[in-house]
Amino acid sequence: MRYLPLNDADRSAMLKTIGAGKIDDLFADVPGDALNASFDLPAHAGELEVERALGAMAAKNRAADDGPFFIGGGAYKHHIPATVDHIIQRSEFLTAYTPYQPEIAQGTLQYLFEFQTQVAALSGMEVANASMYDGSTGCAEAALMARRITKRKKAVLSGGLHPHYGAVTRTNLELLKDEVVAAPVDVSASEDLAAMIDEKTACVIVQNPDVFGNIRDLAPIAEAAHTKGALLIAVVTEAVSLGGLKSPGEMDADIFVGEGQSLGNGLGFGGPYVGLFATRQKYLRQMPGRLCGETTDADGKRGFVLTLSTREQHIRRDKATSNICTNSGLCVLAFTIHMTLLGQAGLRKLATLNHQAACKTADALAAINGVEVINKTYFNEFTVRLPKSASEAVEKLAAQGILAGVPGGRLWPGDPGAENLLTVAASECTTDADIETLAKKLEGIL
Amino acid sequence: MTINTQAPPTFTGNKALQIEEALSFEIGGLDRTGVDFPPAEDRADRLGGLGRGSDIGLPGLSEPETMRHFVRLSQKNYAIDMGPFPLGSCTMKHNPRLNEKIARLPGFADLHPLAPQSCAQGALELIDTLAYWLKELTGMPAVAMSPKAGAHGELCGMMAIKAAIDARGEGARRTRVLAPESAHGTNPATAVQCGFTVEAIPADATGRVDLAALKEKLGPDVAAIMVTNPNTCGLFERDIRAIADAVHDAGGYFYCDGANFNAIAGKVKPGDLGVDAMHINLHKTFSTPHGGGGPGAGPTVLAQTLAEFAPVPFVVRRDGKYQLVETPGAESFGRLTAFHGQMGMFTRALAYMMSHGVDGVRQVAEDAVLNANYVLARLKAEMTPAFDGYCMHEALFDDRFLKDTGVETIDFAKAMIDEGYHPMTMYFPLVVHGAMLIEPTESESKRELDLFCDALLSLAKRAKAGATEAFKAAPVYAPRRRLDETAAARKPVLRWTPA
Repeated sequence: MRYLPLNDADRSAMLKTIGAGKIDDLFADVPGDALNASFDLPAHAGELEVERALGAMAAKNRAADDGPFFIGGGAYKHHIPATVDHIIQRSEFLTAYTPYQPEIAQGTLQYLFEFQTQVAALSGMEVANASMYDGSTGCAEAALMARRITKRKKAVLSGGLHPHYGAVTRTNLELLKDEVVAAPVDVSASEDLAAMIDEKTACVIVQNPDVFGNIRDLAPIAEAAHTKGALLIAVVTEAVSLGGLKSPGEMDADIFVGEGQSLGNGLGFGGPYVGLFATRQKYLRQMPGRLCGETTDADGKRGFVLTLSTREQHIRRDKATSNICTNSGLCVLAFTIHMTLLGQAGLRKLATLNHQAACKTADALAAINGVEVINKTYFNEFTVRLPKSASEAVEKLAAQGILAGVPGGRLWPGDPGAENLLTVAASECTTDADIETLAKKLEGIL
Repeated sequence: MTINTQAPPTFTGNKALQIEEALSFEIGGLDRTGVDFPPAEDRADRLGGLGRGSDIGLPGLSEPETMRHFVRLSQKNYAIDMGPFPLGSCTMKHNPRLNEKIARLPGFADLHPLAPQSCAQGALELIDTLAYWLKELTGMPAVAMSPKAGAHGELCGMMAIKAAIDARGEGARRTRVLAPESAHGTNPATAVQCGFTVEAIPADATGRVDLAALKEKLGPDVAAIMVTNPNTCGLFERDIRAIADAVHDAGGYFYCDGANFNAIAGKVKPGDLGVDAMHINLHKTFSTPHGGGGPGAGPTVLAQTLAEFAPVPFVVRRDGKYQLVETPGAESFGRLTAFHGQMGMFTRALAYMMSHGVDGVRQVAEDAVLNANYVLARLKAEMTPAFDGYCMHEALFDDRFLKDTGVETIDFAKAMIDEGYHPMTMYFPLVVHGAMLIEPTESESKRELDLFCDALLSLAKRAKAGATEAFKAAPVYAPRRRLDETAAARKPVLRWTPA
């Protein structure tokens, strides 16, 4: 077996040193009838055989690059510079553990510190952590954090929040018997969230751009929340938008939660991704997750360590701010490399190109008879209303090699109001030919 | 020969191949970028007056500067590809590069989670195939694939237990969870996140759950126990079935922390031992890379009694087609994450499982246990095992052998760094004084283990011979000497700010 260095001679010699007659002597504590169970599983296989079998599965999927592609809805297709994948595959990054021994983990620690700096700057917040699993779990953690800070047990969810984010948050909060009030699905960003916030409210959770692509002004919601002693949690599922839109910090959000997949990380059928999490300095000790901090070594040189771990489960156990341990280390690195390459100058350009691609796509679809573009504002994603079921339209277009977007029926199954909605995303990868093909073929099936 | 540890300082602070590296922000400029884009068009925006006006404040680097920056940083890290990484309970094993190649096939890597299911049949097939392997290896009838890491899998299992108890109408009564003193910190943290209170189960003199003490604590208010098996002392819970029976008799559930499943995979089915729920760390047992702290993946197997409470989504096969069920049924406890779980880890784990096959998975467990016992047997000469007898996949020592030397566990660990090794897990589990938990895994050869043991035996002898100061000063050859963690926590500096 190619991954195992021991041979039978080694094994015999080692058993002799140990003083055991046979390997199963070492398993003597296992109930005898449970030991050496039988399994209905295949035997070992060579690299070539495994590659063929799994390659065949991969070939049954339609990759984003296979044709015109317009799916968003919380995960976005972007071009990733070749440098990113090269660096994250270096052994010293790929096969390192959590940096618990900082003297021999400064590489990991320094990029975590750079990542925290980038996330804080992008979100306009004061402090960021070293990542969560993804945006949706970060959203639930933010709600739990707001609950600790305010000592209140009610969360208000915007009708423009990604339904998966809402479901994850609800699953976590209802376990603790909290009240979760969700505004109705709000395709045109016309809800009055301020009216839903009261003295019992711990947090109000708003996504920007929202799940339909509308750009929301968070400042009035922040003010309404703060008046009642509640916190505003701002959710951003498209990290590139932070290069083009006013930041959550500028709009007075208390906690920022983001999905960082767009920078450095591929679509990967939904994971692993990287959760961005930032807040105000005064809430630092209520944050979940790892934090990396600057310090000096015995020679007075600058170095980095994991810090404030008295918040965390491995120290505080049942009093911890979260049970999270493993985070998204390598996805953080990919994000950090991509962001380092871009810098603010590159990110701004990238944001502009994304917005312009969406504007062109929207114009092309708006010209089709029976198609209504709902959004007045958007960044790189917008929603149209079709004269028929969007799920059916998407399947028909997929059969013609076009991935047209997210149909409302996928995210709100059984909701008749959502059935004809199609949310369409564009990016720097979208070509004029892609847009033309989408418009032509969509018109053809309506 | 004398080793000169007082090497003369260099002008740059560099030491040959060890090159000092500034923060990227101190190198780059606000107008600089390493990505070329086509020019934007001159057209009005539709941002509703909410465009970003101010500076973001993030400098960029050109491509060569970026490459050099991160390569220099990488050279300050220890990694399993460089040498033994004997972190007990963390399972640092070889990460095959075939896994990386498979995960990067465009059909997996460039596949959108909301692509029509007709365009993702291969991905659903892969999830279903991996689910089958996990169910078969654990002897459990159901598995929730979406948990993102071990602790998230614990949350999944405990949420299912909570839902089952609520469905029985006992939610208000069964509020206590029992976990051994030696448990991972995630166990009590998870239980509290589910609204339970936690109580510790004491260990007996052999390092295992004290069955009599457990029985005394059980009652109609106990929801579950959370027990790691093999446990964090590296020992198999001999009374595992009696523990399961006692909990079931009291009306509670048995959550098994599967962090150490690598010791028994292919040998023992946890389902045969009375387990009701268990997470599996794909990044430990099934070789997906740890990546400096993640990502992980924590699929959670469930007994039939808990299966109906599983979260969405899950994959089913109907009429020869795979289907992703995304709408929760009446009993499901809900959703744990957006989309469908850590697909990138699924591809890697399945590549590893298929490579090993069932025969190889069993050999992996046997070699891991053999290697740990070999280390235990050899190090006994100078170090003090915490418990008598054989161990499973990790060997636990306490600090009795350092008594009166002035050298503490942390000093011993830091001295290992100078010898070219990553230290073992230290001060965990909490039930052993000055704990040193060594997990060699199956990836180490006998030669590598002999070198490692020789080095540790030499260190132990030096400690006993009074080289205390050298231990206190260690490490001296690492990119950094010991770092001031107290100062870091007292005045946290968590981001760079321009001078």
